[in-house]
Amino acid sequence: MLEDKDRIFTNLYGMHDRSLAGAKARGHWDGTAGLIAKGRDWIIDEIKNSALRGRGGAGFPTGLKWSFMPKESDGRPHYLVVNADESEPGTCKDREIMRHDPHTLIEGCLIASFAMGAHAAYIYIRGEYIREREALQAAIDEAYDAGLLGKNAAGSGWDFDLYLHHGAGAYICGEETALIESLEGKKGMPRLKPPFPAGVGLYGCPTTVNNVESIAVAPTILRRGAAWFASFGRPNNTGTKIFAISGHVERPCVVEESMSIGLKELLERHCGGVRGGWKNLKAVIPGGSSVPLLPAHLCDDAIMDFDWLREQRSGLGTAAVIVMDQSTDVIKAIWRLSKFYKHESCGQCTPCREGTGWMMRVMDRLVTGDAEIEEIDTLLDVTTRVEGHTICALGDAAAWPIQGLIRHFREEIEDRIRARKTGRIGAVAAE
Amino acid sequence: MSELRKIIIDDREVEVDPRLTLLQACEEAGVEIPRFCYHERLSIAGNCRMCLVEVVGGPPKPAASCAMQVKDLRPGPEGAPPVIRTNTPMVKKAREGVMEFLLINHPLDCPICDQGGECDLQDQAMAYGVDFSRFREPKRSATDLALGPLVETHMTRCISCTRCVRFMTEVAGVPEMGQVGRGEDSEITSYETATLGTEMGASGPDLVVATLKAGLSSELQGNIVDLCPVGALTNKPYAFTARPWELRKFQSIDVMDALGSNTRVDVRGREVMRILPRNHDGVNEEWLADRSRYVWDGLRRQRLDRPYVRRNGKLKPASWSEAFAAIAASVKAAGGDIAAVAGDLVSVEPLWALKKLVNALGSERHDCRQDGARLVPGNRSAYVGNAAVADIDGSDAILVVGSNPRDEAPVLNARIRKAWLAGAEVAVIGEPVDLSFETHHLGSGPDALTGESRRKIVDYMKGRNAPLIVLGQGALARDDGAAILGHVMALADEVGAKLLILHTAAARVGAMDVGFTHPGGVAGALEGAKVIFNLGADEIEIADGPFVIYQGHHGDRGAHRADVILPGAAWTEQPGTYVNTEGRVQIANRAGFPPGDAREDWAILRALSAELGATLPFDTLDALRRDLYAAHPHFAAVDTIAPSAWQPVEAGKIAARPFRNPISDHFLTNPVTRASEVMAECSRLAAERRSKALAAE
Repeated sequence: MLEDKDRIFTNLYGMHDRSLAGAKARGHWDGTAGLIAKGRDWIIDEIKNSALRGRGGAGFPTGLKWSFMPKESDGRPHYLVVNADESEPGTCKDREIMRHDPHTLIEGCLIASFAMGAHAAYIYIRGEYIREREALQAAIDEAYDAGLLGKNAAGSGWDFDLYLHHGAGAYICGEETALIESLEGKKGMPRLKPPFPAGVGLYGCPTTVNNVESIAVAPTILRRGAAWFASFGRPNNTGTKIFAISGHVERPCVVEESMSIGLKELLERHCGGVRGGWKNLKAVIPGGSSVPLLPAHLCDDAIMDFDWLREQRSGLGTAAVIVMDQSTDVIKAIWRLSKFYKHESCGQCTPCREGTGWMMRVMDRLVTGDAEIEEIDTLLDVTTRVEGHTICALGDAAAWPIQGLIRHFREEIEDRIRARKTGRIGAVAAE
Repeated sequence: MSELRKIIIDDREVEVDPRLTLLQACEEAGVEIPRFCYHERLSIAGNCRMCLVEVVGGPPKPAASCAMQVKDLRPGPEGAPPVIRTNTPMVKKAREGVMEFLLINHPLDCPICDQGGECDLQDQAMAYGVDFSRFREPKRSATDLALGPLVETHMTRCISCTRCVRFMTEVAGVPEMGQVGRGEDSEITSYETATLGTEMGASGPDLVVATLKAGLSSELQGNIVDLCPVGALTNKPYAFTARPWELRKFQSIDVMDALGSNTRVDVRGREVMRILPRNHDGVNEEWLADRSRYVWDGLRRQRLDRPYVRRNGKLKPASWSEAFAAIAASVKAAGGDIAAVAGDLVSVEPLWALKKLVNALGSERHDCRQDGARLVPGNRSAYVGNAAVADIDGSDAILVVGSNPRDEAPVLNARIRKAWLAGAEVAVIGEPVDLSFETHHLGSGPDALTGESRRKIVDYMKGRNAPLIVLGQGALARDDGAAILGHVMALADEVGAKLLILHTAAARVGAMDVGFTHPGGVAGALEGAKVIFNLGADEIEIADGPFVIYQGHHGDRGAHRADVILPGAAWTEQPGTYVNTEGRVQIANRAGFPPGDAREDWAILRALSAELGATLPFDTLDALRRDLYAAHPHFAAVDTIAPSAWQPVEAGKIAARPFRNPISDHFLTNPVTRASEVMAECSRLAAERRSKALAAE
């Protein structure tokens, strides 16, 4: 259990003053110029040593990502782009940072931009986040007024401008290259990679796209040291992490916890446990809608970190835990996700454009049982033909929940089909 | 040129330029990669996912070979060359998967689809797909678009490869198509926001949007039909008329403009069914202007299919011998007082025959410059210039003088646009026209070539790597044309620019090459002649008085003024040599036969020459060509540009009158286009767009 003294986001619930004065009182913006004075290499090394992995879902080492930016500008400006397009179903962690603890993010933007040689950063915020945008913009204005942004930001000698850009509500714009396209005023469609944004990004310039949480934790890591941050969690899965737990728990919540916390501990300590008791658990989607679910029998010893969940062929994703108890029609739950991905596919490349609709329609029929048993394997095969064949990861994200469902709940699907055909209710469906 | 890099493709080791994409590298290695969205001359979209290959040692998923460059490949262990595989289970599965996805929502209407038989989707489904369907859901359908009289749409067949969108935006420079919506509901569409302009009081770019209701406005739109890998975009005039396998295909040359685009004429029976472009990197790449592509219905109307002789003021059908007798009588009466004029579509062979015939009858009065262009006979550098069309590609500063290339040679204009996209600056002296890209307007008349304004131009072009001047007939077809030519040549000399004379007539350079000219131009040649031989010249008025023999293929202005009509063949109906605007000699093959009693032009002249007692010394086309090649050897070097010695013309006195571009109606420039219903419709729509644009201003 993470102690209060080790929490980075000390106003996650908005109980305290979220203004600049409040943030300063909680220790933010403390010695920022001093941190910057230690130089780019020191900052990047500290982040590398902290073993911080990107908090947006893929878990790519943040320090390494920063180090991909060219050391010297070739004449083109560098940009930091903060991905605040938090649209993954189940995920609601970044909004708490932005509306209650925005100065962690703003300070992080300054430090990270300095570390990458960027004089400007853009925060691309999700279209539906109206209040969050207002809070964040107010905080940015405050920071400008206090000289923390702009010319000689925070007295560091580094000129830095921060812009908040409002998206229009498309999930695909959370994909980093689609986000860049959208920021440039184009239709949000992912770009081909390579070239990667670190070489050719926003307006053709070197760009790094980071998640809100990845940036917001950086100042505290630098202040308290890489070793402090690395002391939480298992090796390669270090630090503190904001978890967002929703679904069939007594008290859904967003909470900052140590990485590698046990799933059961997480749910029982912070959420009052699964509705109707641990035995009533049916499945958990551990990391936002795009990772495969875990059935109850894997949840007992589940460890909430990147590597353990990957070993179970799931993933930590955004650490948005969706809990489903025995009352859940898990087929219908996954169908709803298929419908979401079908709706949010940008339509650019073939497998995703055609595959998401196809998968959803088969799922339609699996929900009612109006299908043939063989179609389960057809569906599984179709998911493998979408996964890995698309420009961006949305195709993968659409395929994985279905793969997880078929992997763990094939019997339930088969029973439903049989029940539909024979009129008799099968063993599982009878529960 | 960067250093070659070694890679291994399916066990074949090849060395390729590292800037090539994997797909291009595979082609160099002789490995075929299926593709839909990729096209050599368009930007890379990478969206169809058909070209996936396996990169050994890379991520455990296939890579889009059209989008990945060889230089992005990581070397294997111990510096071994990177390995690409296209024949593994991973690639096979990927291709089958993409094929299946493309087909699930594609209608099974191949039997009624015009693309059938030449469909990429069909072919690749056969080669890389599977022979069964697992898709049990309802298929998607889409609403068809109204794109105008040339392009028919069946959008349900669309596979969203976006080739048409990219062509219209990048090559044609008219961003009238796009993809809207997302996911499986996304559609390729044209921007049909007809009310936007009036409701919002729009001007400028918004106004352009407002005028699109009538369909696409590009003069290159037919190319999207060729680009479409499926049957979503098809040829409207050709719709449901023929199947590709029943057509015979002939290589030809386009004569609607002077670019000499390489074409393929598809014929069923004796009818031309359609005209398509052929690839020629030096001339038209693989594009073709709509005027050249859709003019073929004009070949079926208004044709002269038998000789006529004027009796009592009326043209009456006659036999060949009656026509010849009438000509012989008038020629005899004229006593050598005869002249000849040649039109814009005539190939070199009949020009050569006519010139020899007129000369044999004791006259040197022949000319080809219907528009009165002051081209200098005998000075090839002054009527062809010294630049090739391909030189536009590498040019970084282009000056267009007295021309609207978009009207006069749309494909050439697209090439200038390509140079502009690559960073070239384009300046215009003449009418301020919209060339589909940004231009500097440096003046409107020849006075821009003198004084202070000339110094500006010199500043603009001097010190560039490869400056180029395009000189159009708007600057030459006027009294001071030769003087202007002199000024432009002097300018080219000073700034080290190459010069391209942009002609409007396909026949012009060939006619100049054989010396079908007269010091006084057409007017001087015809003045006082008692007998005028008119070989397909329909753009001039011939005054009453002389006896006029018209030889041509369409009943147009020339035939109306004729006393004897000799029915000839159009360019698709006889073999013919043409020399394009850059001086490239090209041969158009015969694709069909002329209608009725009409004959090949050279053969008519040969027969007539015997009747007139001045028998021409050739009995076959080969003999004619041998005779021609003996006199002008450069015609024998087909598909080459004979070098011409640079001889500047005197930069004489010029008038201040601004340049007027030579073409007033892009779609109605010659007798064939004037006989075409499709061209008439295009012309009407273009006029409507122009007047709408004016009204809204």
